Parts: sequence; C-alpha cells; structure tokens
Amino acid sequence: MEKGMRDSFGEALVALGAVNEKLVVLDADVSSSTRSGKFRDAYPERFFNVGVAEANMADIAAGMATCGYRPVISAFAIFIALKSTDQIRNVICYNNLPVIIAGGYAGLSDSFDGASHQSLTDVAIMRAFPNMTVLTLTDADDVQSVLEQALEHDGPVYMRMCRNPSPVIGKKEPLKIGKALCLKEGTDVTIGACGVTVSMALEAAEDLEKMGIKAEVLEMGSIKPMDREALVASVEKTGCFLSVEEHSVIGGMGSAAAEILVKNHPVPMDFVGVDDCFTESGPYLPLLEKYGIHKDIISRKAEELTARKSN
Amino acid sequence: MDSSDLQAGDALGNEKEIRMKEYTNRELQAKAQQFRIDVIETLHQKGTGHWGGSASVADLLTYLYFKRMDIRPEEPDWTERDRLILSKGHASPMLYAVLESKGYLPKGTLSSFRDMNSSIQGHPCMNKTPGVEMSTGALGHGLSVGLGMSLISQLHDNSFYTYVIVGEGCLNEGQSWEAIMSAGKFAPEKLVLMVDYNKVQLDGTVEEIMPLEPFADKFRAFNWNVPEKMYDGHDMDNIEESFKWLDSQKKGPSVIIYDTVKGKGVSFMENKNIWHGSPVGVEHLEKALPELKEQLSKWEDE
Ligand SMILES: Cc1ncc(C[n+]2csc(CCOP(=O)(O)OP(=O)(O)O)c2C)c(N)n1
Repeated sequence: MEKGMRDSFGEALVALGAVNEKLVVLDADVSSSTRSGKFRDAYPERFFNVGVAEANMADIAAGMATCGYRPVISAFAIFIALKSTDQIRNVICYNNLPVIIAGGYAGLSDSFDGASHQSLTDVAIMRAFPNMTVLTLTDADDVQSVLEQALEHDGPVYMRMCRNPSPVIGKKEPLKIGKALCLKEGTDVTIGACGVTVSMALEAAEDLEKMGIKAEVLEMGSIKPMDREALVASVEKTGCFLSVEEHSVIGGMGSAAAEILVKNHPVPMDFVGVDDCFTESGPYLPLLEKYGIHKDIISRKAEELTARKSN
Repeated sequence: MDSSDLQAGDALGNEKEIRMKEYTNRELQAKAQQFRIDVIETLHQKGTGHWGGSASVADLLTYLYFKRMDIRPEEPDWTERDRLILSKGHASPMLYAVLESKGYLPKGTLSSFRDMNSSIQGHPCMNKTPGVEMSTGALGHGLSVGLGMSLISQLHDNSFYTYVIVGEGCLNEGQSWEAIMSAGKFAPEKLVLMVDYNKVQLDGTVEEIMPLEPFADKFRAFNWNVPEKMYDGHDMDNIEESFKWLDSQKKGPSVIIYDTVKGKGVSFMENKNIWHGSPVGVEHLEKALPELKEQLSKWEDE
C-alpha cells in the first residue's frame, strides 16, 4: 500500500486539533500542498496563513509558544530550513520553545520542481542546533504518532516528510523519538535507513539474502536523538555500517551515525545519499536512482562493505 | 531555592510597595536618568556594552514598566501580563536596570552584566533572566514574535498588550516588513510597535545607512494605526500623551514613532554612531557623569 505522508499529516492535525485546544497551525501559502489546509477547514480560528514569509512564520509561532500554545509550522522543507534558519536557531532553539517544524516536500520528492525546491541539507542544518529533535518519518503511518510525541515533547521538533505517496511498510510500531527499530535481523552488515529509503533497504536486504549476505536493517528516522545503544549493539554484531538517506551525505543521518560509531565502535562504513551535488527535475523514483538512492546501490555498497570488513 | 532567589524575594517585598506607588512624570524622568547613570557606570566597569541605544530607550522603558504595563514582578509568568519585547536587544543593560529596580532581579544584579555565569547576558535571554519575555540580539525578530503573542491575546479577548521596541536596525531587516504586512492582515488589537527613532545606527546615520522616510506613511500603507505626530521619547508627558492616543484606537495594530536621541544625556556622545557600542573609558565617564547628575538633580529638585 502507498500513502502520502502529507495526507496523513492533514488528517492527523485535524484529529489532534479536536483533543488539543492549544494546537495552532501556521502555513506559508502552501497549505493546500502540505495539507495543513485541512486544519484550516476544521478550526479556522486556530489557523494562520502568514503568506510567503517563512521567517516571520517561525517567529510568530515562537511567540505563540511562549503563551502556552503548541504551534505547528508547515511549509516546504527547503524553505523552512533555509529562510527561517536564524529564527529557528536564535529564537526557537535558543529558548527551547516547543514549536513543531513540519518540513514537507523533503528530499527529492518535489521532483519536477527541480533543484530549487529539493531539500537535501535540511537535516544537516536542523541537527546542528542544540535542543532540536530531528525526525525523518518512514511512512504515512508514522505521522499521527510523531505529531503526538512532538506535542508532548518539551522543545522544538523537526519532522521531515515526503511529498509523494510512498510505501507503507506495516511496521509493528511507529517511529519513536530516540529509538532505532530493528526491521530485519542479520549478522553481516547493518543498514541504517530513514524516510522512504527504509523500504528500499528492506528490498536490498532481500536481494543480499539471496547472495548469502545477512543484512540487519534498522529504521533510524530518529536522527537526533539517535539510538546509540541500538546502533552500537547492531554494529558490534555485524562489524560494518551502511547509512541510507534521501539527503546529502554531508551532515545527515549517516554523519550522525558516524559521529557515534567513530567514538564507540569504529567499523568500515559507507553512505548512500546525494553526493554533494545539485540535483535536477524529473520523475521521483528515476531521479532518486540517478542521484544514488536505489535498492541496487544499497546492496552493492553493502556487499562491498562486508568485503572490506574481512580484509 | 538558592540564596539569589531569597534575595529576589526580599527585593520583591519592597517592590510591591514600589509598584503600588503612582509616579509623577517628573519622578519618572528622574528614575530614567538614574538608570542612565547606573548603566554608564556598569558599561565603564565592564568595558563592554552599548551606551547609545540604551540611553535613547531609557525613558520609554521606564514609563512602560513604572506606569503603563500591567505586570506582576512577583509572578513573572502570570498569564495575563503585558509583554514587552526589546527587539533592539543590544540595549539590554537599560532593560536590566529597569527589571532590577522593578524587583525582577536581586539588587546588584546589574553589576554582573556580561560576566561568565551571570543571569544577565550580553543580549536578553528569556531562560536566564526573569522578566525578559523574549531572547533578542539578532535584529529583526521582535515584531514577528510579538505578533505571535498578540494573536494568542486575540484568541483570549485581547487579554494582554504586547509592546515591541525596535530601532532603525530592526526595520532594515526584511523580516520586520513581513511582520508589518502580516500584522496589518491579522490586526491584533493589542499589538503596539514602539520605534526608538534616534536616527543613528551602528555604522552611521539612518540617512547614510538606510533611510526610512516617509516613515509613518509606510505604516499607513500597511493598514496600521499611526498617530499624526511623532512624540518626544525623552519627555514623560509626551510619552503619556502617546498612550492616550493609543488608548483611543479601536482596533490594531498600532505603531508609535518616538523622536529620540542616541546617547541621550551625555552631550559629547549624542547622535554619534561611534557611541553605539564603544567602551566607556575613565576619561569618558569623568566627563559624562557630572552632566548626567546635573540633569538628575534638576529633575529631583523641580
Ligand atoms: C541580524 C543582526 N545584524 C547585525 C547586528 C549588529 N548590530 C547590532 S546593533 C546594530 C545597529 C542597530 O541600529 P538601531 O536599531 O538604530 O539601534 P539603536 O540606535 O537604537 O541602538 C547592528 C547592525 C545584529 N545585532 N543583528
């Protein structure tokens, strides 16, 4: 089954708005795209369309948070992360204000709009800020639970979502802040994936199985805080680690994992992600493949890692 | 509760009486002048901090905290309190002097300005300093944040005012104009932008750096309430008059532009961008203090 995370996002906002009267939603003239407009239809007095002004939006939300409200700001990941970086750093994070920052259209998912709209550095930016929690959602089933957790969380949360319908993989539990979920056990290589790449990693693991390589697949969408124990325990068993993400290889989930492993249990590592280049327009899946995000690339790199490990 | 809390408690005991007191405008002039003296002495001792913009905002802050705002220093988190955001955060020492005098901070706190481990940071920090409503320092944020606060006030029958003080610097930032435009749309009744219009920035005059005229008309064009005149931001009677105008407004948002002087009170420092943030040396202090004190005694005598 496939479903768009943004569709779940709109539905979840409406559901949570009914039980949480402090929930307010702000959008920057993209509410029909991000689906936050569903919340506007349900609770017009608690919805604020600030126009194409992401910086202003972030600080308005900060002001609301100081008054005990729980704002969700919604826009395209690239513009929220770049146009309101100062506001997120100097006002929201510095003051540890509980603003939920919903970055839609993340990664390459705004595929036809091209490089100007594709967000491949947002995780690097967001996770560099103290107090920030950074979550890349795996599938549409994560959305409501992540929003619920974020609303309970005492501090800012960045939630990164894909634009397009993407596989719903039927995990036994939704993404949890600070937890890496083991989706497949293995002994030869650990593949840590997040976002839409989780389903690719699972497919790659099946292909690897046929080649006699037992891959362990971890869902690592909780990029900050990262589940150090689970990561280290898995890598102690498998002896190598491959990160997979729809993000630049600079500063993303793989970098975060490397920071942990280099201190705790250095092993051969490799990264699947966009390799420090600007991307382009095109259909989503072929574009992902062109820029290095595909199950075959995952299995090839995993295989190479297991070879490096035994040298 | 540590000892500093206890001191704060003591200070609050006195403060309740102080708060009950109705100040005359002349007494407020003297108070603001005393704050200038406290601040320039502190800046001299520390060898760091911004004199020019602190001196120009002294009277506005004093009037707000001692006559205008509905606040409870003994209960800084009271939900219905009026909010003040000092968006030009570099004027922090003046805010700290006022907050200390109001009893938010233990007596003597100002002397730890910019020290390591101090509760009063170089620029305002809401999580370290009671009474500070929003951390500022990077210019241009205050009005957006204040708009957010006032929108919540609006959801609660406009239960509190949000005052935002900016200098020209904040208004150079594009974000301020986003905020001005969106405040025009949402029209929160109790959002008040106060411009400390001293016409000097860091590098030079507003004419040299970024002219704002026709200033009031810009706000009119964005659907704000704008008074017909500029008020003198160093004259308490005039400041009082500006709030009378404010109270006659039926809807929001409102802006008040105050004619002020950067470095006000020390003639050789006035209107000079060099005194935006230069350290106050002993030779400067020796010239400045007699002038500030002479004016103080005039306010006290009359
Ligand atoms: C975003 C940002 N850019 C630059 C600065 C450095 N800076 C501090 S104060 C200032 C000028 C402020 O001028 P104005 O608002 O007129 O201040 P005032 O005269 O009231 O002190 C500048 C450029 C800053 N604090 N924040």
